Amino acid sequence: MHENGYKFELEEMDLYYGDFKVLEDVNLEIKKCCITSIIGPSGCGKSSALRCLNRMNDLVDGARIEGSVVLDGEDIYDRNYSVVGLRKRVGMVFQKPNPFPKTIYDNVAFGPRLYGIRDRETLDGIVEESLKSAALFEEVKDKLRTSALALSGGQQQRLCIARVLAVQPEVILLDEPCSALDPIATQRIEDLLSDLKTRYTIVIVTHNMQQAARLSDYTAFFMIEEQGDPGKIVEYGDTNTIFTKPTDERTERYITGRFG
Amino acid sequence: MQGVIDREWIVKKTLFTLAMITVLGIVLLIFFVARESIPAFTEAGPVNLFSATWNPGNGQYGMLVFLTGTLATTAGGLLLGTPLAIGSALFLTQMAPRRARSIMTRGVELLAGVPSIVLGWLGFTIMVPWIRSATGSTGTGILAASIILAIMVIPTITTISKDALEAVPESHLQAAYAMGATRWQTIRRVLLPAAKPGLLVAVILGMGRAIGETMAVALVIGPASVFPKSLTSPTHTLTTKILIEMGESTGVQRSSLFAMGLVLLLLSMLLILLVRLVSRQKETMR
Ligand SMILES: Nc1ncnc2c1ncn2[C@@H]1O[C@H](COP(=O)(O)OP(=O)(O)OP(=O)(O)O)[C@@H](O)[C@H]1O
Ligand SMILES: [Mg+2]
Repeated sequence: MHENGYKFELEEMDLYYGDFKVLEDVNLEIKKCCITSIIGPSGCGKSSALRCLNRMNDLVDGARIEGSVVLDGEDIYDRNYSVVGLRKRVGMVFQKPNPFPKTIYDNVAFGPRLYGIRDRETLDGIVEESLKSAALFEEVKDKLRTSALALSGGQQQRLCIARVLAVQPEVILLDEPCSALDPIATQRIEDLLSDLKTRYTIVIVTHNMQQAARLSDYTAFFMIEEQGDPGKIVEYGDTNTIFTKPTDERTERYITGRFG
Repeated sequence: MQGVIDREWIVKKTLFTLAMITVLGIVLLIFFVARESIPAFTEAGPVNLFSATWNPGNGQYGMLVFLTGTLATTAGGLLLGTPLAIGSALFLTQMAPRRARSIMTRGVELLAGVPSIVLGWLGFTIMVPWIRSATGSTGTGILAASIILAIMVIPTITTISKDALEAVPESHLQAAYAMGATRWQTIRRVLLPAAKPGLLVAVILGMGRAIGETMAVALVIGPASVFPKSLTSPTHTLTTKILIEMGESTGVQRSSLFAMGLVLLLLSMLLILLVRLVSRQKETMR
């Protein structure tokens, strides 16, 4: 077994969309059972980097990767690596809540059913458990059979988290999960993520500096030098250090809000 | 100021008048068809009209054979055409590379523009002889008509299904893929259910196209005014029977043709009602 405390290890990873180099020389080790945040100005490739971790970039025409992305000692871009298996282990929550136009129950049961669980009682248990973990159960327990689209934005986002938790992933990727939510809903999601990190490895992209500082153990700062250049990691380290004594002055300028 | 109000008043009244003319036209149409079919109902009677025997010489004006023919050919056309059409729409929206997509879309549009008489003629000269030699029957009948109708409904159903599939937000599909769903699982469990109301509308509109089609069907249906013994023996539909008889009918016979027209009209209106209901359901679901 691969035991160095790292879930993901990215080594000299470059990402291209067609001829366009989006990311260059990304080196990143993501620690188990920690929250790692990715920050940086708009368009620097944060979402793209996140989508490399569950191979969602495979869906983009012409997307191509160089270097290696290793999960628990195995290169996920290896020819024989199962993408379906990868995505079961690495769940994703999107910027805009995107529940299916189905009932709350069917949304949470989607993943388990996909993996062949049919038994009613087992499914009931998973749905309840996942909604509880996502701190949503109390609010929706009487309307599990109603449409998920009738929920508020914050509730929908927690439902999306529950949907991911239902397949018991090892890693959860979140791409600006709170950007469409009010401060109270944001607070609930942050509390939830802090609770979840004992069991899951969490990687979150955020534009909110306070959120990154409050929530995460490690922070990676991405940036593009000039328009048209690829995005690169400027600085990566433990969140405290990045926010209190960054070594790179560009990091300092960014986190103090002086550019970006 | 006064001028603006006047112009608006004129536009309003004009549009209102135009709308009234349209409505009046439809009302008059129904009224006329209904009036012309009165003798059939009073003199022959509904039992006679909806019986299975068409024999005007003997005072028998039953339309059951033709009604059955219409329903059977329509159902057959949809049964053959719908899977192909929805399959094409799925291929177009989910799988086809951009170039193939635009070529195929043009092809479908072209198919939609082929006059029905051309399709009927091709059916009559190529397909019917082929069925004849394969089965030893006349070659005409419900099978031949269904195949022609399938070709006719495919562009309608494909185009509208394509719109319905494209209207499903990409984010739903992304969510499914991110859960580890394969392409097929995503299509079956997310895309198709989300697009279902729109796909239903597509099929219903295809049905509307099939139910009223006359010329193409007339060339390959038979003709014979009896229930077909098999899918490849001659029969009639409501439209083909009206087409063939209308020139030389008088009296109750002529009136019974109008009664058939009325039944067809009511069937189509039922379809429109169905589309309405389905579309409304679609709105409340969004
Ligand atoms: N599907 C795509 N096809 C082609 N180029 C893309 C695609 N998605 C993103 N890009 C490009 O890749 C670059 C990085 O985009 P990305 O979405 O990763 O940035 P980001 O850091 O997440 O920005 P934001 O903070 O605004 O979300 C941008 O220049 C963008 O235009
Ligand atoms: Mg982004």
